[in-house]
Amino acid sequence: MSSLLSVFTKFKVFFLDTFGGLSEKWYSLTKNQRYSAWGLVIVAVYLAPWWPKLPVIGWIVNTPGTNFESVLTDQVLIYVMVALGLNVVVGLAGLLDLGYVGFYAVGAYVTAVMTSQHWNLPWLVALPVAVIVSMLFGLVLGTPTLRLRGDYLAIVTLGFGEIIRLSAKNLEWLGASRGISKIKHPPSFGPIKFGVLDAKPYYFLALTFVLIVMFFLHRLENSRVGRAWTAVREDEDAAELMGVNTYKFKLWAFAIGAGVGGLAGAQYAGKVSFISPDNFPLQLSILFLACVVLGGSGNMYGAIVGGVMVAWLPERFRNFTDKRVLVFGIALVLVMVFRPEGLLPRRVGAERRKSKAIDEIGASS
Amino acid sequence: MSDVLLEFSNVTMQFGGVTALSEVTIDVHRGEILGLIGPNGAGKTTCFNVITGVYSPTSGGVLFDGKDITKLKRFQITRSGIARTFQNIRLFSQMTALENVMVGADTHKSSSVPGALLRTKHQRHEEKESRDRAMELLTFMGIADRYDSAARNLPYGYQRRLEIARALATDPQLLCLDEPAAGFNPAEKQELNELILKIRAKGYTVLLIEHDMSVVMNVSDRVVVLDFGRKIAEGLPAQVQINPDVVAAYLGVPDAS
Repeated sequence: MSSLLSVFTKFKVFFLDTFGGLSEKWYSLTKNQRYSAWGLVIVAVYLAPWWPKLPVIGWIVNTPGTNFESVLTDQVLIYVMVALGLNVVVGLAGLLDLGYVGFYAVGAYVTAVMTSQHWNLPWLVALPVAVIVSMLFGLVLGTPTLRLRGDYLAIVTLGFGEIIRLSAKNLEWLGASRGISKIKHPPSFGPIKFGVLDAKPYYFLALTFVLIVMFFLHRLENSRVGRAWTAVREDEDAAELMGVNTYKFKLWAFAIGAGVGGLAGAQYAGKVSFISPDNFPLQLSILFLACVVLGGSGNMYGAIVGGVMVAWLPERFRNFTDKRVLVFGIALVLVMVFRPEGLLPRRVGAERRKSKAIDEIGASS
Repeated sequence: MSDVLLEFSNVTMQFGGVTALSEVTIDVHRGEILGLIGPNGAGKTTCFNVITGVYSPTSGGVLFDGKDITKLKRFQITRSGIARTFQNIRLFSQMTALENVMVGADTHKSSSVPGALLRTKHQRHEEKESRDRAMELLTFMGIADRYDSAARNLPYGYQRRLEIARALATDPQLLCLDEPAAGFNPAEKQELNELILKIRAKGYTVLLIEHDMSVVMNVSDRVVVLDFGRKIAEGLPAQVQINPDVVAAYLGVPDAS
């Protein structure tokens, strides 16, 4: 047992060194160098569908048994988008939402109803409506429930997710348990055609949406709104006594989180073109939450890393057949043991710039 | 403009069968430092909680600047000009010192989500105002060197002073300090005394709860004494100190035998 522990410790030190060193290097770069680095990363990520062709890296990232491009679009980017939205609610504002799949479902169903079931509108028209309707659902759920805190809020949101799924299952207007098929794809433009076989166009589109959402969430985080959210998370009573209209900002967090979830749902529906209530089980809410917690609650980049891991790992190990869920579970446990604050934890102020501080925290925890 | 900034009149506060405050009346005058003292459990912090809207009183009223504030929400009370600190420090521990103070400075700002999404001119202006004001207050409190540290990593004395900076950032007329000297050594207490006098000199009215007599008696203009939820004395520090009721409340009454 003790030798096992020492292996763990060595592994942990290795982990901290790698991550700590990285962040130190990052902050030693000039602003222009950082922008160029960002540019390179973005280009590399846009080229992700071709990664499996690379030596070594290709072997690591490839998903045997499943089409890699489909994994990227149907799983990875959807989870990343959802994690970005849920991170606002759970990570920034500290509101535990266990029914987030509900907003995702609302976005998907609005798209389905508008482009196939009842109307014949283009996907691009349905998209903004899906986002707005999801936000409204966020307000509808939040208005009565955000007076509750902690565990109570979690239970109510848990119920909300199930209500959405059961409503879809029982309402003939929403296709009941048969679901809705023939949902429209995004419109093709130029050489980029959104069809059934090639997943790449969806990947580019979804990645673009992720970058746009990141851009705006970054602005929110670094503003009065982000401060209000963090203050609510840290100490709601103190925040209110310091003049923060906590209820208003919690509602905003809910609405914005719901809107991003709805956007992910609309993209999903536009890609797979068929949805049914079975696509939105409670389990998905838990996995979404796992993305945020695994990645590093309260850190946008953490949520992205979490989303990628939760979506990609099970596909990577698909050739383990039955045992892949076990591998996934072990991976989750290991991360929580070695990085209890997530893979990329939230760092505050000067800590961000000092890898030394990271080591100290790592050593004391 | 009336001389009285805060009228705390005939306030009774009951929790179930327990009466925490019983018909307590306190007037806070503009520009004064009023000390609120009393033994443990006398109801001092309950007074603060009634003033700042944490509790709504069972009976009685609180007039601030002539207006009834008992029906206002907590953040509205803060906006109308009352700020407080906490007996047990309640900072936003995962935010930097600067961000903590900025939360207070944001109180009177109007930009919200749309402004932040679009980074409007108005929003950028308000951000800069909050940041500048926060930095100014950190400097005033003498803790600006650690502006970028997470609040939880600050030394204790810094945390206490950061709480005061955060409260001042809401631009209050009345500053309520709940045991600001708790856990301080004599030298730090001396510094705190000077700081409180400096704050008053800037035009703030201060309501001060304190256990430590060296602080209360040195800085207060007047002192109100509570015991078991009742006001038992009020007056100049020197008068209150020799008031037999006060002495009895603090030291106990000698046995008749």
